[in-house]
Amino acid sequence: MELIFEKTREGRKAYTLPENIKGGAVDIPDKFLRRNLTNLPEVSELQLVRHYTALSKRNIGVDSNFYPLGSCTMKYNPKINEDIAALPGFTKIHPFQNEEDIQGALKIMYEFEGLLKELSGMEEVALQPAAGAHGELTGLFIAQAYHRSKGRKPGKVIVPDTSHGTNPSSAHLAGYHVVTVRSKDGNIDLDDLKAHLNEDTAVLMLTNPNTLGLFEKDIETISKLAHAAGALLYMDGANFNAIMGITRPGDFGVDIMHFNLHKTFAAPHGGGGPGSGPVGVKAFLKDFLPVPVVRKNDGQYSLDYNLPLTIGKVKAFYGNFNVILKSYVYLRMLGKEGVRKVSEMAVLNANYMKELLKKHYNLPYPSVCKHEFVLSLNTFKENGIGALDIAKRLLDYGYHPPTIYFPLIVEEAFMIEPTETEDKETLDAFIEVLIKIKEEAEQDPQLIKEAPLNTVVKRLDEVTAARNPVLKYEKKR
Amino acid sequence: MFPAELKYTKSHEYVKTEGNNATLGVSQFAVEQVKDIVFIELPRVGQELKAGAPFGSLESVKAVFELVSPVSGKVTAVNEKINTSPEMISKSPYGEGWMVKLEMSSPGELNGLMNNLDYQKYTEDGGSH
Amino acid sequence: MHIPYLPHTDDDIRQMLEVVGVSSLAGLFSDIPAAIRYKGPVKLPRGSSEAEIRKELTLLALQNKNTDSYINFLGGGSYDHYIPAVVRELVRRSEFYTSYTPYQAEISQGILQIFFEYQTMICELTRMDVSNASMYDGATALAEAVLLAVNTRGRKKVLICGALDPQNIQVLNTYTRNLDVSIENVPFLDGTVDLSILKEKCGEDTACVLVQQPNFFGCLEDMQEIEKLTHAAGAVFVVSVDPLSLGLLMPPGDYNADIVVGEGQGLGNELNFGGPLLGFFAAKKELVRRMPGRIIGETVDKAGRRAFTLTLQTREQHIRREKATSNICSNEALCAVMATIYLAWLGKEGIREVSSQCASKARFAAGLITKNPDFRLKFSSPFFKEFVIESRISAEKINKALPAGGILNLLDLGRFYPGLKNCLLVCVTEKRTKEEIEQLAEVLGKVPKWN
Repeated sequence: MELIFEKTREGRKAYTLPENIKGGAVDIPDKFLRRNLTNLPEVSELQLVRHYTALSKRNIGVDSNFYPLGSCTMKYNPKINEDIAALPGFTKIHPFQNEEDIQGALKIMYEFEGLLKELSGMEEVALQPAAGAHGELTGLFIAQAYHRSKGRKPGKVIVPDTSHGTNPSSAHLAGYHVVTVRSKDGNIDLDDLKAHLNEDTAVLMLTNPNTLGLFEKDIETISKLAHAAGALLYMDGANFNAIMGITRPGDFGVDIMHFNLHKTFAAPHGGGGPGSGPVGVKAFLKDFLPVPVVRKNDGQYSLDYNLPLTIGKVKAFYGNFNVILKSYVYLRMLGKEGVRKVSEMAVLNANYMKELLKKHYNLPYPSVCKHEFVLSLNTFKENGIGALDIAKRLLDYGYHPPTIYFPLIVEEAFMIEPTETEDKETLDAFIEVLIKIKEEAEQDPQLIKEAPLNTVVKRLDEVTAARNPVLKYEKKR
Repeated sequence: MFPAELKYTKSHEYVKTEGNNATLGVSQFAVEQVKDIVFIELPRVGQELKAGAPFGSLESVKAVFELVSPVSGKVTAVNEKINTSPEMISKSPYGEGWMVKLEMSSPGELNGLMNNLDYQKYTEDGGSH
Repeated sequence: MHIPYLPHTDDDIRQMLEVVGVSSLAGLFSDIPAAIRYKGPVKLPRGSSEAEIRKELTLLALQNKNTDSYINFLGGGSYDHYIPAVVRELVRRSEFYTSYTPYQAEISQGILQIFFEYQTMICELTRMDVSNASMYDGATALAEAVLLAVNTRGRKKVLICGALDPQNIQVLNTYTRNLDVSIENVPFLDGTVDLSILKEKCGEDTACVLVQQPNFFGCLEDMQEIEKLTHAAGAVFVVSVDPLSLGLLMPPGDYNADIVVGEGQGLGNELNFGGPLLGFFAAKKELVRRMPGRIIGETVDKAGRRAFTLTLQTREQHIRREKATSNICSNEALCAVMATIYLAWLGKEGIREVSSQCASKARFAAGLITKNPDFRLKFSSPFFKEFVIESRISAEKINKALPAGGILNLLDLGRFYPGLKNCLLVCVTEKRTKEEIEQLAEVLGKVPKWN
């Protein structure tokens, strides 16, 4: 398919702009001015619409296909969220407006913080971070400021070997050096943890349930050990969908956590963003939160910048407000009865799939899982087939494949997270297809290795793409 | 079979020495592990390398392999050609696919490395530490 | 009340529990220690129906004065440019907004191609070699540019030229506080950076020089001079630009910038009360393997067809982990899609016209406002679409009076610059009409009459 630039015809225009004002001649000296034209496309509005509409047909979303991506929580994105988020009273407000003129927006932020606090057991929330990884970084800055306030400079962050790549990279970005502890039988190995925890540990970062889909049963012990060493306990909230209304991180010793609004809280993924990664902390850390903090006094909301020990700002303005708004509407729709049911159904769906698939695929951790589980597709090695190949064949059946090659400790990892918004028939159909693909892999491995066969393009040459990167269109002369 | 005149590390780099000068690269075993090499990150001429410390990396599409220096010394030359033609490393890792030349500061460090027979056994045992 | 979005019937649940082999849902959570299990329902409000929540939030939205009903002259990092209907229509397609990051390229060619077009457009606007597929915002893009510069040069000093967006500086401070980096501000003189002081401070210890064009006051900096000084010292030249200015102003590639970042929200994205935003990051090709963020590249599939894919992934966190160039994972993808559609709609001529209109309408506004002796232009430097007026009336009084006159408050620079009391930043985009500008001048003229 052509690029929009390849559809350019000189002189074609799509835009209309109002008349310029006469009497506002531009007197900018020459040296500041552009001397060449910007080679943006020249197309008509219909061409433009057809082009991007055609591109949408070369893409899939949750609205059209099942997306059991482990660790991503690809649940249904309710349309009422989109509807309300499009109201001009929310989209057409500038962040520098007088506070009294944007009370509705501040109220939503304040109330949303309250909902997150209630759900998580954390005592203060900052909505500023733009994504989970950004929330991790913010949380680590808060931990750093806390230690500094106690006259300490521990330099180490511990992560389990099952951690998401953002955990160690955020730690590194925050200036820490990273130490990895082993997992044993699907949970953090307490002995290995004890061996690594010392007064140089600033933070222990973990995910609970972990990325194998298993609840860290020893979390209370882990929390005590971390605190005894003077470290703070950070929880990556990516898997929060499994425990809402059932247990709260604030109740099992977590000091800092982030939430992924584009996961648990149903904001759409948008092809990779925008997300939103609010951070929750215990009260003893509230002085370090990024500014501004939303306050409520006598029914009036305001933005408070006066936090002398704040870590400062991690982003311009206040956070991804339009994303936060969607998640706020979502939580209000679910209400107190709904949140627990969401987690129960998410966990039921995952366990159901696990039970049916374990007869056909290798399940390294057979105990009851939470909202996701991991298979190991190493049983196809002698046919030269791995997780990637099975994933590619799933594309032919109209599914987005599960997450592959994560977590790192499982060979040919295949992580399935159905989410609670999928019905039983969808799960049954997917399981049937996976069983069929297994048969194909055993009887006709070449087919699997060639997959996908029914998509608009076949497997790509990623080697050349990385060796000789071509990252933009350049008109051939 | 790995060339007898070279010394090898546990992370699959080799050293070829000529007097005080050393040439570094990666062994055939490493080449087979990486499969499609996409990019090689190399040090600058004049940079000081330390034995046991990383001096660059070998990248495939989905993985990065750190290159660890077997010996200490100052980099005197870097093979500019291997990034435009990474197949030189796979075809001739000990010849055209050399990576770095340096002037050794402590030739005694060579004694801590494996000879080709020990390295052969090491790779047969799995090749990881 | 029915809980929405959950398709399970009692029958489904019964059947599934049987397959799992537990007698009740509680059995699925038996691995959670009793001591930490939450008792009772969480203290959230009761669930709402669509109609109820819609009504409640519509009323809340009406509590906010919005730019449809009030005239907006606010800028300072968030900009009110006209967004054509096509952007909203096209981005509502669920194949875009309910899709995931395009790791499975074969079924994501649609959005991958859009990112490739986006990268191309950013390079075209800025005249730089390479661009990534977005950062959270201009502020974090700038912070990441500084980290890149510091790591490549191995030097510690960062020089900020004069009037750089204060929020960007705050974010930069947060990002670098625990690293061995020293941030120094070079003061401004008459609205632009004091070049003689910059010359003094810029030396062999300087990792990078940061400058914003137009700067936070809307004034135009002498980029050629700053470039000379920066490169003479062997430092990295980092420029933060307003993409809507690049139809008129010289693109940073033409004055030898090394890294270009900025806030792209003005490209087809709503104000959204400051978020989501759209950071862009472009650079010279030598820096491509050190750039943060996702990058899309062109390649071919097995049948030789052109295709697009996420590439250079070994820079990223999911592969490099603690050695990654950045921790960024989710970015502002959908906002970049909107920017792409917007720029395709504007096209070659449109971008030039938007930029020109901003400049000429701003000039008209500056001229009209300063006819009133209570207001004068604070700085004499040429400006683009924002300018600073110094007022004899307090900023507070003005900002109270404006909404009553149908206009949103202006940005009081005194909140960021103690030395700029009663100085207000006025932003004029192509959306502003002659009548609106006249109304602003009129309301400003009436302020002393208010008590």
